[in-house]
Amino acid sequence: MLNYEEGKKVVFKGLILLGVVTLIEVAIALIGNGHIIEGMHWPKWIMYPLMISLSLYKAYFIVYEFMHMRYEVRGLSLSVLMPTILLVWGLIAFANEGMHWNTSRAQIKAKNSIGLKSEGQSSKSSSEVHSSEVPATEAPATH
Amino acid sequence: MITEHVMTDEHNHGTHDTPGSWNGAAEPFKASYGKLMMWYFLLSDAFTFAGFLISYGALRLSMPSWPLPDFVFSTLPGGITHAPLIFVTIMTFVLILSSVTMVRAVQEGHRGNQSGVVKWMFFTILGGLIFLGCQAWEWTTLIKGESMTVWTNPFGRHIEDGVYLEGDGHDIKAGQTFTVGAPYLIHYHDGHYNQLKYKNAAGEVKEQAFGPKAFGALFFFITGFHGFHVFSGVIFLLIIMLNAMTGLYQNRGNHYEMVEKIGLYWHFVDLVWVFVFLVFYLL
Repeated sequence: MLNYEEGKKVVFKGLILLGVVTLIEVAIALIGNGHIIEGMHWPKWIMYPLMISLSLYKAYFIVYEFMHMRYEVRGLSLSVLMPTILLVWGLIAFANEGMHWNTSRAQIKAKNSIGLKSEGQSSKSSSEVHSSEVPATEAPATH
Repeated sequence: MITEHVMTDEHNHGTHDTPGSWNGAAEPFKASYGKLMMWYFLLSDAFTFAGFLISYGALRLSMPSWPLPDFVFSTLPGGITHAPLIFVTIMTFVLILSSVTMVRAVQEGHRGNQSGVVKWMFFTILGGLIFLGCQAWEWTTLIKGESMTVWTNPFGRHIEDGVYLEGDGHDIKAGQTFTVGAPYLIHYHDGHYNQLKYKNAAGEVKEQAFGPKAFGALFFFITGFHGFHVFSGVIFLLIIMLNAMTGLYQNRGNHYEMVEKIGLYWHFVDLVWVFVFLVFYLL
């Protein structure tokens, strides 16, 4: 654990560091999107990894210095930090799924229309079976 | 009492080397129950936020276009409209500053300085309130000024090149050309959204389409959930500051551990904002 004076230095360093990193992030967003220099655009594959890694660095600094994770017992920090690794898979899986929805819009629409047809047929046959229970006015409501 | 204690000790001779191991005598994590449970609560809360942010990502990636953040968030108090990301950067600084004052409060607690704890907690609360005020202004601008709702998103982007056939009385004038990806706001006047007509390269006349529908719901829900965390954090900070003022934690003699625990929560709120800021405003 740090003593009082060392701790105060870390606080000052943290303030400067988090502020500067945030400013760099915003600068990347503004310059890369052409707000500072007219007509200048940076490709997303440069901007995104830069901004994501700077944010991860900020997160690391907050957890390790401000929340004192650096000074905790190894077992404690592992038990808190290890489960978050599961999120990496969550991120990959859902990003992949989202992109798939985007690229297969036409297919999804086609499949949905087939689904509606077969659903309509089955509900028609089921309404015939349960015709005594289903009121006649509600039977064609599926279309 | 003393003889009784000796007797029990002799009775339990077999386990004499580890007295009370099952009663919490050993602390493998060298942290109190309360602090440990705060960490695990924050872990579960991190999963909640991650769930929201990952669904935001999945929905955003499922759309052919997404509102441009530096177009959507470009207003400042006082009627300034073309200041991309400036206001939200100020909000981020406010939150960083309140995180810094929180660390100072915890440090003063460690050396048992009551007035120091109260002073720095006061500044932390102030930072939290300023942040909430900023968020209230941001929401008001989006809801009242730009008519974004949970269901309707007037922020769109063009999916083709074209030329406007009419103006909106704000930034867009009739005859103005635009290219793919150009952002626009559909203004709300007299009870309806004024979707401007334009002509694309093929000569077809179309009107501005609404942006991805989920944008408003995702924005209000996720920043709202974060804002709710800030709000409850302010309430807890207030209670703990008042307790510190009465000398409650001084009497406990545990170096103001309660201040340390609410500090963990407050830094977590800042930590979540790092990611909210990244996905909503930067990317």
